[in-house]
Order: sequence, then structure tokens, then C-alpha cells
Amino acid sequence: MAMLDHAAELNRAGANVQGRLGTLLFLARRYPLGAAGAIIVLLFVLTALFANVIAPFDPTSTNPKASLVKPGAVHLLGADFMGRDMFSRLVHGARISLAVGVGATVLGCALGVSIGLLSGYLGGWVDLVVQRVTDVMQSLPLLVMALVMAASLGPSLRNTIIAIAIPLVPNISRVIRSSTLSLREQPFVEAARAVGMSEFRIAVRHVLPNTLAPLIVLATAQLGSAILTEASLSFLGLGVPEPHPSWGRMLSESAAEYARTAPWLVIFPGLVISLAVFGTNLMGDALRDLLDPRQRT
Amino acid sequence: MGAYLVRRGALMFLTLFGMSILVFVMLRLVPGNIADILFDAAGFVDATEKAKIEKELGLDQPFLVQYWRWIAGLFQGDLGMAYMSEKPALDEIAPRIPITAKLAGLTLFFSVALGVPLGVLSAVRQNTVLDYVLRVVSLSGLSLPSFWLGLLILMGFVHYFGFIPIYTEAPATWWGEVKLLALPAAAVGFRSSALLMRLTRSSMLEVLRQDYIRTARSKGAAPMAVNYKHALRNALLPVVTIIGIEAAFLAGGLIVTETVFNIPGVARFLVEAIRWRDYPIVQNLVMFIAIVVVVVNFLVDMAYVALDPRIKYDG
Repeated sequence: MAMLDHAAELNRAGANVQGRLGTLLFLARRYPLGAAGAIIVLLFVLTALFANVIAPFDPTSTNPKASLVKPGAVHLLGADFMGRDMFSRLVHGARISLAVGVGATVLGCALGVSIGLLSGYLGGWVDLVVQRVTDVMQSLPLLVMALVMAASLGPSLRNTIIAIAIPLVPNISRVIRSSTLSLREQPFVEAARAVGMSEFRIAVRHVLPNTLAPLIVLATAQLGSAILTEASLSFLGLGVPEPHPSWGRMLSESAAEYARTAPWLVIFPGLVISLAVFGTNLMGDALRDLLDPRQRT
Repeated sequence: MGAYLVRRGALMFLTLFGMSILVFVMLRLVPGNIADILFDAAGFVDATEKAKIEKELGLDQPFLVQYWRWIAGLFQGDLGMAYMSEKPALDEIAPRIPITAKLAGLTLFFSVALGVPLGVLSAVRQNTVLDYVLRVVSLSGLSLPSFWLGLLILMGFVHYFGFIPIYTEAPATWWGEVKLLALPAAAVGFRSSALLMRLTRSSMLEVLRQDYIRTARSKGAAPMAVNYKHALRNALLPVVTIIGIEAAFLAGGLIVTETVFNIPGVARFLVEAIRWRDYPIVQNLVMFIAIVVVVVNFLVDMAYVALDPRIKYDG
């Protein structure tokens, strides 16, 4: 029987972790893939925030002399047909991608949480109606729903966010509803009711905070698919319109004609989309392991 | 069971009815109809001519009348006339369906054949290097946009073989068709295979923790027999559900991939029709997709009953 080194075991379990930085380092060691994802996401956010400083060129300014220039010293990642600097466009594209991704996820979560909480807490006919509407919304794949939405709202940055947010709602409201249903029966809700709290206050102050863990897990997963959906919509020409440099649209502009002559126009935008989504997915996986022990594998 | 089927059927009908209203309303919210787009292209607006086109297409009627005409037609197999081609919408849609169905079938085959075995392998070798590699690969599969993967495949083809395999007309032999559709199917299927791999892995790990697995191991059953006979059978149950749901939800990946590879299927047709505000095509195609999703969901639930005798649906 091997002897247990108690001090080492305690350290391994995180008993002596102190301070925020210490916690962060401990978590990073425990979830190395998640930490890698968080770093990618952080880089992505910083790029979006400081796009003006990082990008050497104006992403929309054209230059006929630089048309289809190869990657090199002046244009790091080359230039497109109109002579727009690829690197600058990708850097500014991070803004669009992040704005749509975060915007759609936040909007979708806000709507989904309100609807799910309402439907799970109130029950009755409200719940019934919400359930049936959710059924309808869930009978179309995300991209198809977003396509029809985007077409019906018309092309703009704001409308793209809405078109992606709405199809996310049923998924989120379902999860929030089911956790509300089980939370509603918990003793602490009964206790709050016994001391005379109003139903609305119970729902917002006691039930809602307890749905946070599954919500964070779900929201990170949705962030990745929101970014991918934006790229697909823009690729199909029904997403973010000109002059915003969208990664997805950059691919549709260059796809057929330049695949042979200017492969960098195809490779780099796809690479950054994949990297951004990969980062959010890695982070989301680690968050799920951390916050949702039932699904731990 | 009988009562359940009746209730389920009614719910499916209700869902599709709701979808028909949703898609109809959304399409009518679109700024501009086909007449506007036609005149936009022509560069001028002739008011009388525009009114004539709208009257011909029934666009001057109240929404409720338009909706009623559409639904009444649906039940008689009349999907209306397509605006772009001025042919019956059914004749436009029907020939495109087999192409997309074949592509979807091949995609599904590809993703199951790749995803399930690798997921099992990853679970059995949990926390080994192989497991980590497979997990990262599967996560990257969920991150790559399938249209980009398609573009890369095309670029590779052009680079090494100097030509692009284009789907112009249905090839004479079925094998020729499989060969043409194999690359696009791989581009879409990579994502679903990654999803299946992750699910198979976590489902398998779940089962491997069960008491009866420990019992089987402690009575001395061969590790292979435990993993593949005792565990796999039970682990596959949730996987079957996901395969079904993936099958129904492939549409998203098919839309972009058919666009990239220029495949004249029904998924790419949807995007074209949306651009042209071709209501008869769009609303019928969306209904078609919704019907496929609803029916597949139903079949998956039924398959569950067949596979797991513990599950029973009551009225």
C-alpha cells in the first residue's frame, strides 16, 4: 500500500491556492487546453479592440498598384484584387466577427433566459405556448433559420446580429426552462416563499442565479456557432454588407477566381475563422468541465 | 402507444402549421419583392408594368388570401409557379432533391464510419496521447467552416491535378457519382464526424464507469469483450439519436458546400431563391426541410423504443 503524501495531494487538489492570480494559474495547469483556448480568445478580443493600432493600412482603402500582391514585407499577408491589405482587413474583421458573435450570443441569451425562466416558473398556458413556438423554431437548422431571417430583415450589421440571435433562443430557453423546473421545487425556494418574498423576486433573485452555470457553458458553445454562422451567412452574401470587412465575405469574394492565382486570399481568412472558433470551443469545453460536473468525462 | 402516436402526430402537424405561418410572414417582411428586384436590375421603374407583374403573380392580393392559396395548393400537390423560371415550383424542386439526398447520405456514411470507431478508440484509451490527439482533431473539426474546408480541397485538387471535379450532369454510373460527391461529402462530413466522435467518446466513458462493467472485468472477461460487447452496445444508444438529428440538420453544411462545389442540389437552390425573393420556391423548400426534420425526429424517438426496451411512451 503506497503512502499518501498529504501535502502534495492537497496541493494537487488546489487547497493552498491563494489569490486571483494563484487561482488562474492553478486552473491553467489543470485545464491546459482550456487555458490555450482562453489565450486565443484573449488575443482575438485584443485584436478587435486595438484594430486601429495594429492594422498598418486602412482596411477599405483600395490601391490599384497593389492588386493581388503576394504576401511580403509591405503587405504581410498579401493584398486582394482591389489592392486592400489582407492583414489589415483580417485585423478589422476581428471586430465584425466579435461584434456579431458576442452581440448575437448576448441577445440570444437575454431573450432565451427571460423566456425560459418565465415559461419554467409560471408553467400553465404560458409554458404551453412557449413550448409549441420553440418546437416550430427548432424544426429548422440554425443556418437555414438565420438565412431566412437575414433575408427578411435586410443586410446590415445590426440585422445580421438579430438574424443569428433569434435562432439561438429556443436552445437556450429550453435549457433554462428545465433547470428552472427543477429549481422551483427546491427547499430554498419554498423558504423564500415562506418568509413572504414575491414570486417575481424569487424568480430573479433565487432561481435565476442558480441557472448561471449551465448558461455560461451554453453561451460559450453558442459563441462559437454564432461566429461560424456569421461567416457562412457572409460567405453566401446574406450577412454583413460592405464596407465592413467580414471574414466570411472575404472568402466568397476570392473563392472561385483566385483559388489558383492567389491562394493566400483563401487560406488566411479561413484560418482566422477556424482559430477564433477553435479558441472559443476549447474554452467552452474547459468551462463545461469546471462548471457542469454532471457532464464531466 | 396508440394514444401516443395520435398525440405525437397532432403535435407534428401543429409544428408544421406554425412553421408555415412563420416562414410566410418572414418572407413578406422582406423589403421589396421580385418585381422590385427586376426593375432594380433594369435600372428604371415602370409603375404600370410593375403593377401588372404583381397582379400576375398574385402579389396584389391580401396576405391572408396569398397564404390560403399557398396552403390549399400544398394539399393538392400544387406548389405554385416559380418566379425566376416561370415553371411549376414542384418541377424545379423535385429533380434537385435526389442530388442533395445522395450527398447527404454519403456525408452521413462518412461521418458515422469515421466518427463512431474513433470515438470508441478515444474512450478506451482515455487520457493517452492518442486520446488527446483525437480530441483536438475532433474539436478542430467543429471549428473549421465547412465551406473553407471545401475551398481548400478544391485548391488542392487544382494544384495537384490541374482541374476541378465539377458536377455538371448526373454521371451514368453510380460509382462515378459517388466519386464526384465524395469530396464535398468529406467537407461536410468532417464536422458531423467530429461531433459523433465526441459524443461516442463521452457516452462510452459514461458506460465504462457503470457497475456491470466492473463486474464483467472482475469476473475475468477479456478486456476486448468488455469494451466492445458489454460497453459499446449500450453506449451506442445516445449516438443513434445524434446520428438521426445530424441527418436532419445537415442542411446548413450542405447549403455552403453545394455553393462551393457548384452542385445543382436543392440546398444551394434555396439560397438562390432567397436572393431572388422567389417566394414559391423559398416557402416550399423551407417547409420541405421542416418536414424532414420533424419526421426524422419522430423516427429517432421510435428507434429509441426499438433499441431500448426500458423506454415506453404512454398516451
